[in-house]
Order: sequence, then C-alpha cells, then structure tokens
Amino acid sequence: MCLGIPGQIVEIKDAAEGMAMVNVSGVKREVNLGCVLPEDGNLDALIGRWTLVHVGFAMSLIDEEEAQKTLEILAELGELQEELDAMQNSEVD
Amino acid sequence: MKFVDEFRDPDMAKAILERIHTLVDEIPQAQERPLQIMEVCGGHTHSIFRYGLEELLPDKIELVHGPGCPVCVLPMGRVDDCVAIAEQPDVIFTTFGDAMRVPGSKKSLQQAKAEGCDIRMVYSPMDALALARKHPDKKVVFFGLGFETTMPSTALTVKQAEKEGIKNFYLFCNHITIIPTIKAILDSPDMYIDGFLGPGHVSMVIGQAPYEFISAQYNRPLIISGFEPLDVLQSLLMVLEQLKAGEAKIENQYKRIVPDGGNMQALRAVSDVFELREFFEWRGLGSIDHSGVRIRDGYAQYDAERAFALPNLKIADPKSCQCGEVLKGVIKPWQCKVFGKQCTPETPMGALMVSTEGACSAYYSYGKIDTKSIA
Repeated sequence: MCLGIPGQIVEIKDAAEGMAMVNVSGVKREVNLGCVLPEDGNLDALIGRWTLVHVGFAMSLIDEEEAQKTLEILAELGELQEELDAMQNSEVD
Repeated sequence: MKFVDEFRDPDMAKAILERIHTLVDEIPQAQERPLQIMEVCGGHTHSIFRYGLEELLPDKIELVHGPGCPVCVLPMGRVDDCVAIAEQPDVIFTTFGDAMRVPGSKKSLQQAKAEGCDIRMVYSPMDALALARKHPDKKVVFFGLGFETTMPSTALTVKQAEKEGIKNFYLFCNHITIIPTIKAILDSPDMYIDGFLGPGHVSMVIGQAPYEFISAQYNRPLIISGFEPLDVLQSLLMVLEQLKAGEAKIENQYKRIVPDGGNMQALRAVSDVFELREFFEWRGLGSIDHSGVRIRDGYAQYDAERAFALPNLKIADPKSCQCGEVLKGVIKPWQCKVFGKQCTPETPMGALMVSTEGACSAYYSYGKIDTKSIA
C-alpha cells in the first residue's frame, strides 16, 4: 500500500473520468489518473508511459528504467507478489 | 541477509560504505556516543532489514526505526470503531488487507469477519466505491488509512462519489500526517536523533518544503530517500556529510520520483476533502496535536464518523508494551519485555509487531537480535 507498484499505461478507458488501463507485471488493472493529468488535458499522450501506482491511483510518471529497478526491488522485498495478489483478489463482487 | 556483492552495483555500495566508515570517525559527536539516525518510513525499515544494512554500518551509527508504518500506529480504539461499524446491519465494511490482523481491544477485523461480519479486503478505495454502486441497498464503508501517500486516493474517491451522486458510500477516515509526528518526536525529552531519512512516497505528494522547520528550528538534517539499498546508503552518507560540515539542511536524494514542490493535483484533492483534526491518537506515541485529518463539512454525508454511532473510546496500549520507547529509539525492539514472548508476528500485542514494516516484526522475522546485549 505504501510502496506502490510500477505499471505501464496501455489504454485510456474513460477520458472524462480520467481512468486508464495499466499493465502491472502482466496484471491489467483500471487506474485513476487524477494525480497525473497532463496540463493540456490530452490523456492519450500518457499511453505507453510508466507510472507508479498506489492503491489504484497513478501517483507519478516515471521512466522505464526506474520502473524496472523498482519492480526488481519490490520482488526482492516480497512486496511485488503481495501487491499483485491484493490487486487480483480485491473483493469487489 | 544479502551481502554487498549481491547488490545491484556492488562497487558503488562498497565505495559509499567506505566513505561512511571514514566520515563517521571525523564527526566529533560520534566519538562520544553513537549517532542516531531515524528512518521515518516503514518502507525504509523493511529495506534496511531485508538487505542487512545495519550490519554493514560502523558501530558509531545506530538506525532508529521510526513511526512511519500507518498500520502499526493505528490505536486499538479505532480498530474497535471499525468492528462496531462492521457489526451494523446492512454494512459492507471494506479495508486494505494490511489492517485485518491489527488487534482491537476485543477483536481484530479478521476475527469479526470470521464471526460473520461482511468485511471485504479491497485493493483500492475505488473498489469500495464500485461495491457501493453494485449494492445500493447496503452501506459501503471504506477504512481509509495511511499517510499522505494514500490520502489523495481516498480524497479523489470521495469526490468521485459526490460527482456520481452515490449516497451509500462512507469513508472512515484514519489518515495521519507526517510533519506533526516528526515534530512530536523532536520535542520528546527522552530521545536524541542526529538526523533523519525522510519518506520517499509521502514526499512525492507533499514535496520538500514542509520539512524545512526540521533544519530551521531543530537544526537537524533530513534527506528524502529512495528505497533501494543504494538509495538508503547514499542518503545516510548525505546525513553524515552534513554532520561533518556542521550543517542541517533538507536535501532530496530521491529526485527521480520526488519533485521539490510535490504533486499539486494530489495536494489539491487532499485539501478539498480533508482538514486537520485538533489531535489524533497513535499507538505507542499517544495523542499528537494536528497529526490526523478528518472530512470537511462539505463532504459530511460521506463521513462514517457522522453516519454511525461509534464507541470512540480511548483504549490504552497494554502496559507491558514498550512500542513508544522503541519508536523513539530509547530502547531496541529486543529490549522490550514482551518481545518474542507474548508478542510475536502471529500474536502481536504491540503495534510494531503487526506489519512487516514495523520495527519489531522486522527484527523478529530477520532474526537480527544482538544476543550479546540480551543476556
């Protein structure tokens, strides 16, 4: 929850609501872009960018190298799987 | 434990460690007593233990593992409030998984769930909002906790609920804020911290400016730090360089993630929805002025504290617990009377044993106990 997890923005799902699909280590998750909105409002410019995701919200845009390094350290800390599990097992039904 | 050779850049790690070992001998106060450097954030604590960084440091440096694990510092009275909400009819209570095992005075959320309460672990507050959409006949309550890192996400979720006109979503707000907490530690008479490693992801939201008082009023350095072992070592070196030069500045080692000004969009959402409380209760540290936030009147309809009758009792920490002293660096985890006996990660009594980011749990799990000093 505190360390966040890097993912790549692959699709804008709902531009009006600022929602995007993000690929986090193979797990697809809808993520809120409300904290990283571009000044010109063009969300499509974010497609392909890497972002640090905290509890379903993109909190900052990062470069790919930083994303990969962070994924490695999260794996070593045992927090990568924990975060992916939390994402996939969220009890939303 | 890892060895330096296994670090991503072992040469760099060795060079930094060499410099740390040299520098500490040139700092006058380190010759009289060990320097105490506090890492405020539980993420740093975890990394320090995972990579065995303490063993690589000179004896003249002691790391003090600070209060920056929001799950750990949750007081029992608030857990009791969660259980009281979850026990109401027609409530779906949602929480991050981390909070399930935190002991209340009678039971944890996990126990309440086993007894039949509808308690669900969600990944995101947006998932709680999705539940509210799906179950208009239920009251869906989200247990919001965390420092400034997670505050924007719950703020944006409340704003989204308002935008959609959702009437059955509530936030039980237990968010806490880092600055008054550091100030309380600095004001505490029984501690002496020489410098701080500042939290990375909290700083990504709040930026560098809020820390300036630590240098201006308390004359202590703080380095905003990343989580990799190399980040932590480099930040420690930056603290030592300042101590050697007799300086006390706020510096940012984690510029690749932390902009100096923080994240304005996140801060705007937070200040729209939340305001400071007069005080907030912490496990281990007691009541700290202005250390928590609550929902503003404008969003009152989403406030679980107003929608539900809560016991709202102050429950004292168990007497044998010494979490407060550990948090302030007065004693080491294994010097606590109940460490590893009544208090273990499976049956935590104290806050710091609850989460993997708590100092006691980290000591317990990674077996880092100075046996010389235990006898």
